[in-house]
Amino acid sequence: MRKILSSRRMQSFLHDPSAVAGLSILLFFLFCAIFAPFIAPMNPYDLLAVDLGNFLLPPSWMEGGMAQFPLGTDDQGRGILSTIIYGLRTSIIVGVSVVTIAGLFGIIFGMLGAYYGGLLDAAIMRAADTVFAFSTTLIAVLLLGVFESRGVFTVIIAICIADWVKYARTIRGSVLEIKGYPYVLAAKSSGAGDFRILFRHILPNALPPVLVVMAVDMAVVIMLEATLSFLGVGVPLTEPSLGMMIAIGKNYIYAGMWWMVIFPGATLIAMVVGINLFADWLREELNPKL
Amino acid sequence: MATYIIRRLLQGIIVLLAVSTVCFVMFRYTGDPVLMLAGKYATQEEREHVRHVYGLDRPVHEQYISFLGGVLQGDFGKSYVSQIDALDMILERFPATFELASTAIMISFIFGVGLGVVVSVWPSGWLSRTIMAGSLFGISIPTFLIGILLVMFFSVYIEIFPSFGRGDTVQIGFWRTGLLTASGWQHILLPALTLSGYQLAVLIRLTRAGMRETLSEEYIKTAKAKGLSPAKVVLKHALRNVMIPVVTITGLSFGELIAFSIVTETIFQWPGMGNLLLTSIFETDQPIIVTYIMLAACIILTINILVDVLYAFLNPRIRYD
Repeated sequence: MRKILSSRRMQSFLHDPSAVAGLSILLFFLFCAIFAPFIAPMNPYDLLAVDLGNFLLPPSWMEGGMAQFPLGTDDQGRGILSTIIYGLRTSIIVGVSVVTIAGLFGIIFGMLGAYYGGLLDAAIMRAADTVFAFSTTLIAVLLLGVFESRGVFTVIIAICIADWVKYARTIRGSVLEIKGYPYVLAAKSSGAGDFRILFRHILPNALPPVLVVMAVDMAVVIMLEATLSFLGVGVPLTEPSLGMMIAIGKNYIYAGMWWMVIFPGATLIAMVVGINLFADWLREELNPKL
Repeated sequence: MATYIIRRLLQGIIVLLAVSTVCFVMFRYTGDPVLMLAGKYATQEEREHVRHVYGLDRPVHEQYISFLGGVLQGDFGKSYVSQIDALDMILERFPATFELASTAIMISFIFGVGLGVVVSVWPSGWLSRTIMAGSLFGISIPTFLIGILLVMFFSVYIEIFPSFGRGDTVQIGFWRTGLLTASGWQHILLPALTLSGYQLAVLIRLTRAGMRETLSEEYIKTAKAKGLSPAKVVLKHALRNVMIPVVTITGLSFGELIAFSIVTETIFQWPGMGNLLLTSIFETDQPIIVTYIMLAACIILTINILVDVLYAFLNPRIRYD
């Protein structure tokens, strides 16, 4: 433990207040998401716990607010605070799953393409060009428009289909450079197999830029999930999502009921700012030429 | 240069063919258009009739060829919902989206590059710190939230800008413009700000990074040493090199701009293509969706080629032969 704390990287982290703040925000949200059933005052998606009579209540410190709903309620009588805590779960599940799945596929395809070249490499690069031109957001909206089922899983798949190329392209650049280094050639001439060379010798050195992309991408994916749910093509009404909450709240801003937009919006911004602060530190620390 | 452009155009046509094939396959194997067209309660006979009229009973390859033939002639079929020609419907909405997107690009380009220069020339002032903190917020707020917050403040709270529609428009030939009336400008301001937000923040950061690198180069010192005014050094010598990545990124993120115009148009009830697309997705109006995808692909490919040409213009060292 002491060894970790005194390591150079840890020291650099601890001396960067914005990185520490970013990670603290993230850990706090992660904690809330994991222990949602114990922290949230109510389960907003349990029909028995929701009383329709408590609809559109303002936050508890305002006139007409109730103590059991600290941040007020929405048009179905669900507590805003509880819905936010459950919505964080969706955001984090989608963010982590996409970064893991897309990252894994992107790394494998990108490495194979860069190492063997040829048709595979050309196909991956064309796919990457097309996805970059259209943007992940546009592709995800169109895919979800076509898919017939709605749900967290569908959203993850739709984003992954476009997102993996980001990782493939990042690692491809590193592998192309590293595969010509003397130590790789030495490994090759001493008879190491392709698999061993790729995963034991090249991957560890090609990984740092990918880690930075992963951190930045996490923020992008969380915003994308919120956007898709806001548009109504993301998670269904029966599942909690910050984007969906804001879409519902939008109908009431003209009536002056700001709490349905401001609280979930602030949570979303805080989470993304937290990730970006941490990602900024990671970029400086690993210093890949991005 | 000419051969390069021709090669790019040919590549573009291949991409368009691939996109149209993907569209065809997606719509052939997801959902049954007959159910949509004939209605849930149609009898078997009515369904067969619809299937025949729309050619859905023919073999797949024949359908594909007739679909492709139609696409080549600009015939994407009629909207399932309104029975109006799909391309006409989209093109009618095109000017609204185009005006919104170009106003947004102008805003993000002028202010993004301008503020980026300010930040790099006076890196430690309070103004620069504010701008950089603002740009961190800019990349951390999703577009839809920017839009709603702007509406809450400017339309609901201080009530100075309208929050939906295009206002008064003027018809010039086939083009319906909102940029010639005062009410049109009032209406476009909030949506354009919303759409420009993210890109504005990205451009500030990009310009700053580029300027920081360029300002420490030898030729800048030379320019200063020979007595050029600081403004001329920054704007004429440094900025030109910084513009290369800036223009590339602006052009290449055009697809993103189109995607976010869907979001912006939904919030502000802007009568553009994105708004129509979203409605069509909910109504499973496939011809409209396909037309939208093809038109978006055409626009994005054209912009990408234009960026490459502009790139050669900005950086004379680049030769495409």
